[in-house]
Amino acid sequence: MKNSESPVSIRNLSVAYHRKPVLREIDYDAPEGELIGIIGPNGAGKSTLIKAVLGLLPRASGDVYIYGKSYREQRHLVGYVPQRESVDWDFPTHALDVVLMGRYGKLGWFKRPGAKDREFAMSCLQKVGMEAFAMRQISQLSGGQQQRVFLARALAQDAHIYFMDEPFVGVDAATEKAIIQVLTELKDKGKTVLVVHHDLQTVQEYFDSVLLLNMRLIASGSTKEAFTTENLQKTYGGRLTILPDSQELLLTR
Amino acid sequence: MVDFWIILTGALVAGSCGFIGCFLILRRVAMLGDAISHAILPGIVIAFLISGDRGTLPMLIGAIVFGLICTVLIQSLRQTGVQVDAAISVTFTTLFAIGIILVTLFTRQVDLDLDCVLFGEIAYVPWDTITLFGTDLGPKAVWGIGAAFLFCLIMVTLFYKQLKITSFDPAMAAAIGIPVAAIHYLLMGMISVTTVASFESVGAILVVAMLIVPGATAYLLTDRLSVMLGLATLVGVVSSILGYYLAVLLDANIAGCMTIIAGLLFVMAFLFSPKHGILTRKWIQRRVKASLQS
Repeated sequence: MKNSESPVSIRNLSVAYHRKPVLREIDYDAPEGELIGIIGPNGAGKSTLIKAVLGLLPRASGDVYIYGKSYREQRHLVGYVPQRESVDWDFPTHALDVVLMGRYGKLGWFKRPGAKDREFAMSCLQKVGMEAFAMRQISQLSGGQQQRVFLARALAQDAHIYFMDEPFVGVDAATEKAIIQVLTELKDKGKTVLVVHHDLQTVQEYFDSVLLLNMRLIASGSTKEAFTTENLQKTYGGRLTILPDSQELLLTR
Repeated sequence: MVDFWIILTGALVAGSCGFIGCFLILRRVAMLGDAISHAILPGIVIAFLISGDRGTLPMLIGAIVFGLICTVLIQSLRQTGVQVDAAISVTFTTLFAIGIILVTLFTRQVDLDLDCVLFGEIAYVPWDTITLFGTDLGPKAVWGIGAAFLFCLIMVTLFYKQLKITSFDPAMAAAIGIPVAAIHYLLMGMISVTTVASFESVGAILVVAMLIVPGATAYLLTDRLSVMLGLATLVGVVSSILGYYLAVLLDANIAGCMTIIAGLLFVMAFLFSPKHGILTRKWIQRRVKASLQS
């Protein structure tokens, strides 16, 4: 059953909060070396899917394999960018220090980050265009800058697979551009990136393949094949309005 | 010499409480300090009843056990959907009440005065000394709280990385394989140890102040975690020294005066901190305005 070639393969995954199922029987194999968008309405279980894969939430059933082995064994291959709002940005620390946290997984129990780790962290900050802010207290960064610091921290994890939870939410255009550039670089290095994404307008531009989710897996595959009007309607139900002539997608509440 | 021992005890209590309390503030669980300092009471009484004397080790074990019971209870109540503050309040008041009932039930066997439990008596610290091979080694309380401080210092040094990342971003910490729950319990264990060691000197109520106030003051003064830890310790030490002389001046409760000084230091930081002080900010705004107009 399990696919040892795929960077992430999910088998029959179900997750429940207080007995209420949030995800049901998800089966999915992520294609290697692609930018993958996880698309779905609010409450569809997109973040839950990521958290369940990373072992942050208990699974009601099912299995997750990272290159054919359990997440626990393959942890060092995985990088994670949580939602920006999930942490306290008033924490007394600076940007470089946050990026250095990306190195902790490689350091083991007692080793402290050394000069090499600092250098590496600095180069990650550079990749997201934030090197000038390395010593800035994190509460004094704008939302977009904070998001870039988070991205740099994930780069510092030096992983093969990245999970990103809504990296484009509430960021400025420059940050969005910087992020997509970094994502493209990661892809060029053969890394696999799964991104929870909200903005349907940019899906075709950003992602090679998609995973459409609404408690169940509605559709998955290359963006061309799977990101269709029909599948979107299945995913979003009546909340989606499609303007036939402009081919633009509009979300109505 | 009496002055010295009292100030040293106070400094060690306030310093180590302030040091470890920083993590409570950063995790936004300042109330947990309150909870643990009260919840360990039954542990101490039961340790008395079993061991039959005021030995430090059984007391310590009793306190840690009940400190952890308290955190586990709070955690499990939260997981079943009880609000955090309600879970904390219900748990620690119940455990504290059990402790009080035990004290009153066994007053004959337990040489433990309720006033002492609540307010401590730092003034008697210098006379309860340890003697080894005929040499007076100084007050027991100094050794107790000193050992607790050393223990916390070693633990925080060893697990600094883990404490920091689990305080800042527990989800990320869990994803990279750091045992978040274990680190949480380690922190609660350290709080319990510090609390029980401080107990006799300042009592259950003022321990809470010492856990929170120096850390909250330091938080206003710096943007670096390591500096915050050092500053909190320093604020504790300064509170102890100034508080002692205030107590002498007023002829009042020593621990109370130390807490008042800590509170005053917090207010000063709140008003005049170079980065976050409200008066400093106003002053900067006025200067900016003036420079724009000229």
